[in-house]
Amino acid sequence: MIGGSVQFAPASKAAGLREVDAPNSLVVHFGADQPLKMEAGVLLSPLTIAYQTYGELNASKSNAILICHALTGDQHVANTHPITGKPGWWHTMVGPGRPIDTNRYFVIASNVVGGCMGTTGPASLNPATGRPYGLDLPVVTIKDMVRAQAMLIDHLGIDTLFCVAGGSMGGMQVLQWVASYPERVFAAMPIATAARHSSQNIAFHEVGRQAVMADPDWRQGRYLEEGVIPTKGLAVARMAAHITYLSDEVLQSKFGRKLQDRSAPTFSFDADFQIENYLRYQGTSFVDRFDANSYLYVTRACDYFDLAADYGGSLAYAFKDSKARFCVISFNSDWLYPTQASRAIVHALNAGGASVSFVDIETDRGHDAFLLDTPELISTSRGFLEAAARARGIAPAKTKTGAGFRS
Amino acid sequence: MTRADDVNWPQAAASQENPARVDLLLVADMVEPGSRVLDVGCGDGALLRLLAEDKQVDGRGIELSQRGVNDCVAKGLSVIQGDADTDLAGYPDNAFDYVILSQTLQATHRPRRVLEEMLRIGRYAIVSFPNFGHWRIRFQVAFGGRMPLTRNLSCAWYETPNIHFCTIQDFIALVREIDAIIERGVAIGRSGIPLRYSEPWIWNLFGEQGVFRLTRKR
Repeated sequence: MIGGSVQFAPASKAAGLREVDAPNSLVVHFGADQPLKMEAGVLLSPLTIAYQTYGELNASKSNAILICHALTGDQHVANTHPITGKPGWWHTMVGPGRPIDTNRYFVIASNVVGGCMGTTGPASLNPATGRPYGLDLPVVTIKDMVRAQAMLIDHLGIDTLFCVAGGSMGGMQVLQWVASYPERVFAAMPIATAARHSSQNIAFHEVGRQAVMADPDWRQGRYLEEGVIPTKGLAVARMAAHITYLSDEVLQSKFGRKLQDRSAPTFSFDADFQIENYLRYQGTSFVDRFDANSYLYVTRACDYFDLAADYGGSLAYAFKDSKARFCVISFNSDWLYPTQASRAIVHALNAGGASVSFVDIETDRGHDAFLLDTPELISTSRGFLEAAARARGIAPAKTKTGAGFRS
Repeated sequence: MTRADDVNWPQAAASQENPARVDLLLVADMVEPGSRVLDVGCGDGALLRLLAEDKQVDGRGIELSQRGVNDCVAKGLSVIQGDADTDLAGYPDNAFDYVILSQTLQATHRPRRVLEEMLRIGRYAIVSFPNFGHWRIRFQVAFGGRMPLTRNLSCAWYETPNIHFCTIQDFIALVREIDAIIERGVAIGRSGIPLRYSEPWIWNLFGEQGVFRLTRKR
């Protein structure tokens, strides 16, 4: 990388957008007769939901697990990603013999509304104008994402989900699921998340959005029609966000003050330090797979999330109708959604007498730990799901591997 | 104070060889079937499991160690990672029928506060603890001049998590001070068998452990 700014290969521009209109996954379309009732007070129609499933639904339809993805995740939980070619974002947790065992459970993962991997989002074509929605798409909330997922679950003929699981923004969806559809969730696993976005959370997201909107190529959100992409703004947004996913400790141990391919500082604004090079790489690789407007929408959805606000300010009331068993997991070095945020969820659940387990996992990996092969995350979720499956009467795993894999 | 003669000894207690196990059985004996129970410092969940299987209780646990919590969660028990000193405050009044503190009181920073919280959260509090007034301990301090080491208290003074030892009589005094009532009590002797005589001074001298069920004054 040369000079003080981030450079991009133009050839990669189209890769992410290909998935918007023709995703490499299953798709369900909801027509004008089934609009999505959005929290902003409008109906979204038509609605497309792109999703993946793994494993087989049993005869009693009692073994379905819904995975909710984080901010920039997608439905490609346990298969090779169609753009990056990397393993699915939660392959450590989902797959044959994994805690979310695809030989035992029927796993569903959908791209959120407002996303850019095939579900209706700002890059999708607005049928009213024949142009991409851009900022004409109503602002999406976590509740809207969950309502759309419920439409998908209905479409799949599933009444009650055995488990809803997810980390970060995915964890917010888990909490919203229990609040919105208490009778449809048997078990819930919110990981590294919070019941509301803090001021600091909103602040970081605002920095990211401002970076995108300050890019001259953003064109008031109409960049797709003008054949440009605000790659620089989006990359900077990702760089800033990425810092929040890691702990100070892990940055120090991984990069420290080490120099990048040089023995002395160059007295320039090159990426002298390894951490600079690393962040630039994170930024540039992100723009290959993610839509800038989508980034505005999903960050906004998190910012608006305050589950207790819908229940007179009492989080306990949000969970009062649920009989779900919970497994709340946090990581002690996560400063984005710190342990305290998970404890607040646990306290609210306890206040309502819910069945709740809670583990604060010791790791130096920060918020990112929920995506990594963290042994305690694996063992805790495995134990929790096995016990819940026994309670629900789900048959043990079949021995064949890779069963029912569809992609 | 209940007289020892009035207490129905659990059948299994006398036949058990492991004194820790006896303690669990005695605690379990004080719990009504089908009740709601919070076990504070539940370890690997042995008591919660016993209560779930034998008494069909709706049980919850709090445990400090990650390993303990993991063991419990894997058994299908609802256990949260937390600390008796800080995390009881989050529970509403009368949330449980029984709040149990088994072999943990002496390891808390503020035993009095913990007891008060237990009695706020539960209708009953059940507490078991090692008795520092046992004659062997007194003997070791008096004649050995060193901090005592016994089979129940096997950590050296500089390593022990037990920072607030008390005798059975100290405990009884504290219960009085926080305006609670002991409605059942047992002291367990060296052989793991509950002591026959119920005078506090006998318990205090010959009981290795005390198990008490408390309630608030109405």
